[in-house]
Amino acid sequence: MTVGQSIPRVDAHAKVTGTAQYVGDLEPHDAYFAKIVRAPVANGLVRGFDLTAAQAVPNVVRILTCFDVPDIQFPTAGHPWSLDPGHQDISDRKLLNQRIRVWGDEIAVVIARDRVSAERAARLVVPDIEAYPAISTPQEAMQPDAIPLHEERPNNIVARTEFHVGDGSFAQAVDTPNTVMVSGHYHVPAVQHCHMELVHSVAYMEGDKIVVISSTQIPHIVRRVCGQALGIPWSKVRVIKPYIGGGFGNKQDVLVEPLTAWLTTQVGGHAVKVELTREEVLGCTRTRHAFDWDVQAVATADGTLLARTYRGFANQGGYASHGHAIAANASNVFKQCYRDRLSLDSESFTVYTNRPTAGAMRGYGIPQGCFVMEALTDDLAYALHMDPLEFRLKNCVEAGYVDPHNGITMHSYGLDQAIAKGRAAIDWDRKRAAYQDQTGPVRRGVGMAIFTYKSNVHPFSLETASCRMVLHEDGRVSVQMGATEIGQGADTVFTQMAAESIGLPVSHIDIQSTQDTDITPFDTGAYGSRQTYVCGTACKLTGQSLRAKILEYAASMHARGAEGLTIRDGIIYDEADQQLCTVAEVGMESSYSRTHSLHITAEETYHCEQNSFATGVCFAEIEVDIPLGQIHVLRLVNVHDSGKIINPKLAEAQCHGGMSMGLGYALSEELLFDDACRPLNANLLDYKIPTAMDTPDLEVHFVEIEDPTAPYGNKALGEPPTIPVAAAVRNALLHATGISVNSLPLTPQKLIEHFREAGLLGGNRHV
Amino acid sequence: MFDIKRVYRAASVADALRALQEDPESVLIAGGTDVLIRVREGKMAGASLVSIHELPELTGVHKETDGTIVIGPCTPFAAITANEIIQTHIPALGAAVDQVGGPQTREAGTIGGNLCNGATSADSAPMILALDAELVLQSAAGTRIVPGTEFHTGPGRTVRRRDEILTEIRIRPENYQGFGGQYTKYGKRAAMEIATLGCAALVRLEADTKTIADLRLAYGVAAPTPIRCPEAEALAAGRVLDDALLDEIAQTAAAHAAPRSSWRASREFRLQLIEELARRTIRAAAEQAGGGC
Repeated sequence: MTVGQSIPRVDAHAKVTGTAQYVGDLEPHDAYFAKIVRAPVANGLVRGFDLTAAQAVPNVVRILTCFDVPDIQFPTAGHPWSLDPGHQDISDRKLLNQRIRVWGDEIAVVIARDRVSAERAARLVVPDIEAYPAISTPQEAMQPDAIPLHEERPNNIVARTEFHVGDGSFAQAVDTPNTVMVSGHYHVPAVQHCHMELVHSVAYMEGDKIVVISSTQIPHIVRRVCGQALGIPWSKVRVIKPYIGGGFGNKQDVLVEPLTAWLTTQVGGHAVKVELTREEVLGCTRTRHAFDWDVQAVATADGTLLARTYRGFANQGGYASHGHAIAANASNVFKQCYRDRLSLDSESFTVYTNRPTAGAMRGYGIPQGCFVMEALTDDLAYALHMDPLEFRLKNCVEAGYVDPHNGITMHSYGLDQAIAKGRAAIDWDRKRAAYQDQTGPVRRGVGMAIFTYKSNVHPFSLETASCRMVLHEDGRVSVQMGATEIGQGADTVFTQMAAESIGLPVSHIDIQSTQDTDITPFDTGAYGSRQTYVCGTACKLTGQSLRAKILEYAASMHARGAEGLTIRDGIIYDEADQQLCTVAEVGMESSYSRTHSLHITAEETYHCEQNSFATGVCFAEIEVDIPLGQIHVLRLVNVHDSGKIINPKLAEAQCHGGMSMGLGYALSEELLFDDACRPLNANLLDYKIPTAMDTPDLEVHFVEIEDPTAPYGNKALGEPPTIPVAAAVRNALLHATGISVNSLPLTPQKLIEHFREAGLLGGNRHV
Repeated sequence: MFDIKRVYRAASVADALRALQEDPESVLIAGGTDVLIRVREGKMAGASLVSIHELPELTGVHKETDGTIVIGPCTPFAAITANEIIQTHIPALGAAVDQVGGPQTREAGTIGGNLCNGATSADSAPMILALDAELVLQSAAGTRIVPGTEFHTGPGRTVRRRDEILTEIRIRPENYQGFGGQYTKYGKRAAMEIATLGCAALVRLEADTKTIADLRLAYGVAAPTPIRCPEAEALAAGRVLDDALLDEIAQTAAAHAAPRSSWRASREFRLQLIEELARRTIRAAAEQAGGGC
């Protein structure tokens, strides 16, 4: 068994020795540098440009503006294309935009021989702009007199959806005697992915084909969108995705690739690169959606959840990107975690504003939905004077849960075991008691939050994956996945799965890390925590297919049938467990046999119409320094029900990264803007990612319950670790101080304001 | 790849002064941790730079015969923290500059650059003010000595003229001998941070180890420039350090501070920190001075 073992990452050596190739290593040395000229307002219209000074800068090759680009609107979401026009992503931007919808919108571009010249000229481009008032929030955008950002949506609403669960109503719950009701307004800000490698792509032409090398999670989707944006056949674009330094969903959007592809066509096919600065990535690519919610919950005095209402507004920013999918996902977690005995009413809006475009980010709306859900849960338990863990056990979803609207089923269930494991790990019962009713300036608390998360995007979108394997003469196997390694360790787990399904040692598997859309089998890419589940199945099916072909050939070499043969560790055994031959012998014979040469390859598509819920829980123990408004996280424990773990060490590391991201969401990260929607802190000094010194030991546990729908019993794990952390920390603060803070992040200034209001600081002398 | 017109690497202070005079657009660069950021942001794109980086005559720490400690302004933060004279006589200064940014910044950035950059958030400034350090400025026209407390004139501004070089930071023995010191940097995270507020305290105790003989209290970000708090300091002399005195000092310091509201932090929040950090920092400084409170 190699599945289930902590084999070292297959890319570890290349990455730590610096031999792994990224976009920057692959771009032609004479590539032109393209600097994007960005709008100095968030809402407006470009009337024209004065390019005189910019064009006079030495080494400038070409300056192109929004008046030069094809008149084609295209979508950018990293979703599988839908053949149903009603389900296609919103096409609402051009390569460069005359209508400005975000601060820093791309209105022109300077191509120069080097970066410094391009930047000099870009500073000298003088746009003539008609500026409109900037719209910061969905509430402003939905005012009747608000300026429409896109003519296709005159009320600025991208989409509105609602659903109802249960046979009763909220009014019925309120009218039930002996109940407790809580309600509140909650808010989370926009945050950013902060992947280490910047957004970077380079394009050049080979004949009439455009080659785009890009740091992306979704090479096949990038090819499609480049084709759409340029109005050319999709196969005229070839996208190469080498190793990438993280994406976290930002690179599940098509960012600069279509522009890069078009620019090379404007300079005779010469290589052109677009490498954004960190400031541009933070302020001008994608963010996690900011949300505002009004929610209510009613429970009986014994802690039975009767009903809730949910009204959520997702701040989409200037362009649709992933559209309403994220707001819808955020709302779904309410029904997918708890059982409202009477009713759950849910209404969600996604609304255009002039904030930076929001898109996919690890958890896809669920970190937001989990925050409001779990804050509300703790507020309700607090009002009931009930242990919030007991409340959860009484009301959370049970084994066999089926979503009433989309049919997604909990084919395996470990939420109860995860809670039990975390409860013991954090010493919940003792600490809940010990930290009750504290006084003094420094207090401690423990809090928790649960979540559920789908293992792919079925049935909302197509789920398909493919894999190709080639047997070499020496018995080793090359594996090509359409699925992408983005730092999460996909290549390693696919290597394990390939070895397992064929019967080879992992050392005999060579996985091709680079995706090249002219060569690699099709896949939609890394997102939705789907790859180990969906693409893993494609890998397994292909391995089984290759194995069958190897055995068939081995049988033919020995003039017998293939039934009863098996492969273990590269050796083929017969039904008596006697060694028949090796896979290497099959590889050699099949390649060079003068009577029966056969190039043994396999390629399979997995058309996936299955899904299953992963679940989990986070426990946080914190110390609050009230006069300084500081939260020190003493312990953070995540327990995941993600089915069987393919590679425990990698899985643990995945959790560490996710928990760190959750910690930043909890305590310090937020993109700040002025009233003109100009980013204030779009740099890594002022945008506060936690450092190692801010991070406690991160504890990870798994409850490994085999999921029958997965290739190896596994379920989603890529995104889940981030989801519950912020809510758990917020709930620990409630335990420590009795104060409900209904927004993220839990910054010292915000806490001081709450503490002062609650009288914990003894009034305000300074007003 | 920085947009720099010219870098002149000066061979000496005299050479640097000459270069600054020759090119009226030129600006000094030492460690570059502030200047290069402004070049990169475009604010100083195309700059003409005169580098005094690692000039031996501006680097290092020594003690003069009268006990005055002289710090070369081009000494990197990390070298100050590691310096034996600093560790022996003014450990609180070494600890203060160890709060700057991260390890790379502390290796490259210099204490003189930190002061001349003029930011109220400079981690070295409150302690330099509390130590009553003297700053020696040299130009082609001659040399002048400016008290640390009079060096800063506004956000990003100091008395230093473009063609002047800070050549020495001088700390007299009466300003460090017998003092315990503490610098508290308050930021939104534990490293890679710009101070939301910085508080430096120096405390000298009477023989009873309870009564304050001398208190120095200084802040960064409590006003547009780093400040000393003479009104609060005056309360302390001759009094026993207790909670009541600390409250009085803290409130007086807050009353005389002038923090601003910005998107980084509100005035209200900074006032809360000014008070609370005064209490904690003075207490820690007193402990450093051998106090038993």
